Amino acid sequence: MSALDLALKLTAQFGALPSAPLEFRGEVTLRLTDAERIAEICSFAKASLGFDYLVDISSVDNYGSDPRWTVVYELYGYGHRCHLRLKTDVSEEKSELPTVTTVWRGADWHEREIYDMMGIRFRGHPDLRRILMWEGYPYFPLRKDFPLAGKPTELPDVAFTKTAPLEGGPFVTLPGGKTAVEREPRVRTPES
Amino acid sequence: MQTSTELTYDSKIEGDVVVTRVDAALNWFRKNSLWPMPMGLACCAIELMAAGASRFDISRFGSEVMRFSPRQSDVMIVAGTVTYKMALALRRIYDQMAEPKWVIAMGACASTGGMYRSYAVLQGVDQIVPVDVYVAGCPPRPEALLDALIKLQGKIEKQPVLKELEISSVRGPKPGEKVGAA
Repeated sequence: MSALDLALKLTAQFGALPSAPLEFRGEVTLRLTDAERIAEICSFAKASLGFDYLVDISSVDNYGSDPRWTVVYELYGYGHRCHLRLKTDVSEEKSELPTVTTVWRGADWHEREIYDMMGIRFRGHPDLRRILMWEGYPYFPLRKDFPLAGKPTELPDVAFTKTAPLEGGPFVTLPGGKTAVEREPRVRTPES
Repeated sequence: MQTSTELTYDSKIEGDVVVTRVDAALNWFRKNSLWPMPMGLACCAIELMAAGASRFDISRFGSEVMRFSPRQSDVMIVAGTVTYKMALALRRIYDQMAEPKWVIAMGACASTGGMYRSYAVLQGVDQIVPVDVYVAGCPPRPEALLDALIKLQGKIEKQPVLKELEISSVRGPKPGEKVGAA
């Protein structure tokens, strides 16, 4: 019972909704065409295919292409010890998905983090509020158009943030220099 | 104004009586019994625990108990990264500490925001509380924290206690006269 067999079972059940399983280095990914039915697919995966552990839910910001968000669900089963990945696309105008907390309770905080960092809402979530930043913070920090240093906010009674001084950073090493001075410039300019 | 007095004491001459100034005695009591409020937020908290454990014993210096209650502690050791979200709670705990109180900013993150120059990290805890001693390091060695405690003790030793009490209670500060932060 490999991950590929389980993925094919899922495809057999749902027809055209998931794409053909994509396998890369032993990891199987299914792309779903309709994000609205994610809860249905996940509950089938848990009940019938034995994927009882939700490893992670993460989101990708495809800045510049439409649909903007890709939400990735990593599933695992303790019985058959197989991983499966489900990917769905959500457009920016919609920015909403049904929740999978009805299937796995552990999805609660993962979805709260995605809401906090990207701004994707989850319909039916029991307690959708910010988890890493405080309630009332006006921005979504992990979007690609949000700067690393942050934006200043001045909210009375809630909290404040200021732009952090980056001093020409972020200081990332440039590969391939012979000496450390070449590899780690004090200020990294965009052309180099 | 000379407010620190060396306590020289030779029991053969003076018997069991020590002659000193009230300021010096009060400062001696305060500096040798600094109970820390450990605001251990991140990795520096491990080194804070190490400083409190047996090898680098912090209770040699009077910090016998890490009082996790702000009402019963004297010095708040901010050990670790302060995020903006935690800054709210940190300020509230600092406000709940009783005077006199001091703050040690331990490590790079508490002093200046450290390596985290980002949207979520407060760039230095001195933006919300007044800091007395900064400790450099990521994390600083426990001996560095003990050195900071000794420096803080040196600072407390020189504090004019009675003058502050007189100023604040009797006549109010003269214009331009600073009432020192306790």
